[in-house]
Amino acid sequence: MIDAGTLALAALGLPFGAFVLLAVVAPLRRAGRAAGALSVAAVGGSLLAALILWRTFPEAGADTVELAWSWLPAEGGALATVGVLVDSVAAVMLVLVALVSFLVQLYSLGYLEDETAPALGRYFAYHSLFAFSMIGLVLASNFLQMFIFWELVGLCSYLLIGFWYAKPEAARAAVKAFWVTKAGDLGFILGIVLLWAQAGTFGFSELFKMADDKTLPLGGLSLIMFLIYLGAVGKSAQFPLHVWLPDAMEGPTPVSALIHAATMVAAGVYLVTRAYPLFLQTPDVLVLIGWVGAFSALLAATLGLVQADIKRVLAYSTVSQLGYMMAALGAGAVGAGFFHLLTHGLFKALLFLGAGAVIHAVGTNDIWKMGRLFGAMPQTGIVFLVGTLALAGIWPFAGFFSKDAILAGVWEGGLTVPFLMLALTVFLTAFYMFRVVFVVFFATGHAEGHPHDPPLVMGGPLWTLAGLTAGVGILFAVGGGGEEAHGPSWISPLSLGLALAGIAFAWLTYQRRAVSAEMLARRVRPLYVAALRKFWLDDLYGGIYRGVILGLSWVVGWVDRYLVDGLVNLASAWTMRGGDRLRRIQTGRAQDYLYGVAFGLLLVIVWSYWH
Amino acid sequence: MGLQPYLILAAVLFCIGLFGVLTRRNAIGILLGIELMLNAVNVNLVAIARYAADPAGLVFTLFTISITVAEVAVGLAIVILIFRVRRTVEADHLNLLKG
Repeated sequence: MIDAGTLALAALGLPFGAFVLLAVVAPLRRAGRAAGALSVAAVGGSLLAALILWRTFPEAGADTVELAWSWLPAEGGALATVGVLVDSVAAVMLVLVALVSFLVQLYSLGYLEDETAPALGRYFAYHSLFAFSMIGLVLASNFLQMFIFWELVGLCSYLLIGFWYAKPEAARAAVKAFWVTKAGDLGFILGIVLLWAQAGTFGFSELFKMADDKTLPLGGLSLIMFLIYLGAVGKSAQFPLHVWLPDAMEGPTPVSALIHAATMVAAGVYLVTRAYPLFLQTPDVLVLIGWVGAFSALLAATLGLVQADIKRVLAYSTVSQLGYMMAALGAGAVGAGFFHLLTHGLFKALLFLGAGAVIHAVGTNDIWKMGRLFGAMPQTGIVFLVGTLALAGIWPFAGFFSKDAILAGVWEGGLTVPFLMLALTVFLTAFYMFRVVFVVFFATGHAEGHPHDPPLVMGGPLWTLAGLTAGVGILFAVGGGGEEAHGPSWISPLSLGLALAGIAFAWLTYQRRAVSAEMLARRVRPLYVAALRKFWLDDLYGGIYRGVILGLSWVVGWVDRYLVDGLVNLASAWTMRGGDRLRRIQTGRAQDYLYGVAFGLLLVIVWSYWH
Repeated sequence: MGLQPYLILAAVLFCIGLFGVLTRRNAIGILLGIELMLNAVNVNLVAIARYAADPAGLVFTLFTISITVAEVAVGLAIVILIFRVRRTVEADHLNLLKG
């Protein structure tokens, strides 16, 4: 029997080993598919370790397993520790991360077969680094270590969004994602440092113990937790920092599935879940989290209605679902939020990979250039439908149970207005997702070329994820009961009814064309225009950048050029003029020098005489 | 007679020499001025040696005289060389050191 700590270290170490090998051994990296095989094998090993850990974990004895080594030596003991902390949340998250990473890497072998070998090697090196970083983030035993892995996954996200770096939009999107998430991370690190200054430790276990014993100093804790939450806002694409996620779709589709749907963007939710005992000390921050989450969910859903790019629809739906999770956490339904994180990780990865299969077959992202694809690619159609039903929250798919638990939790938490926003979002979610399904797979239209189902290496992951999405849901439907205490009994029928209404409305609009989409858009014209312009948020940020930051730079530049440089130039000019003047006493005539000597001598004599 | 008249004589001699050095434009004249200044020093040395009854001053004076001879020889040689090159010994024209 291998103990939990070793398993966790193995899950962490394997992708890291693969990354180091691929980074250092250039011929291996340039070999392309061999590099991919190595990376897949490593993350497969991680998955195996994670599964064993997950299955054996509760029997392993204690509730949590923690390994720690001291780090950052300082006077009076180490400043921080590094280690792994495994508890039930981390174990489940570890399985999700390893599973989705494994499936996505496998899928990438098929999806990116047209890439050159060196590019493929680079891609898999990044992927291995990402798997290592994400697993490290999940297993981190303290805030400092978590922050380091947090930044590493941000770096991987940047590298993979910009994988096609020759494409200007991809490069811009990568930089934008990096900057926007960094804005949140600034708050995160400030929060960590302030927390350390207050409590004297980074470790989760110590902090939770202090929170339990009520020895945690509460002064300024609200600010600290708010700052830490800012990191989650950036990473989990919450309003107002959600603007990077839709642009991040410039990366390859498997990357979007792995990083920008299933795992990395969920890191913010995971962070709040992880630090939940601390957030419980600051109820005001929790209420803010709930409101921002619900608002993000609604805002992103409205934006998802008008997108023509299939991946952007999915991206906004990701923002929206992350909003659900945050709202649940804010309302105190931490189990429901985490449950939704898991189910969402499965079905959103499935949807992205399905969309990738469609894009791979058709060669465009634009849903209006697709149509009637169900006949040409039935397998893809079925798995995409499974994912969509799960996302829309239809019984008995996984999304139904987690969404229900969230709605119940938010209602029980007393956040009535956020509850209404989320209920409205249920309808919108079903509508925009089935809009995509009908337009792409069923409605009339003509797709270029001869679309066909993807090869086995891509189809396998799709079916696995579809099976899991349906299976988890059916398990709950048969076994009964979510993780949370159920809310009022009218919530399930309500959410199911709203979702079905959304589907029916989408069917009427995009399949039967009984309702004209143009007429709908005209009816709500201001909203439609606003959604098309992304509620002017990007323009606002652009304006702030151009007006405020460039203005400030201009002022700073002026000060540097004319004040600071001016002082230096003045000093040098005076020195030069002084030298020019002084040079005239250097006549070249020996007698003048002698005058000087004699006069000086006279002065010395007179001076010595007077003293 | 005390020490003072000798010192005054030496000072006057030194000042005449210095005046010559600073005002003469001819290199030969400058050398002569230097000679006067050196001799003023000699007068001082002899007077003070006598006053302090210490023969070391007399020995120094002999040294000074002989070294002065050498100095004048070298100085005149330089002046002659300069004359050969520049065709002048006017100090005002010898201003290559001008900054």
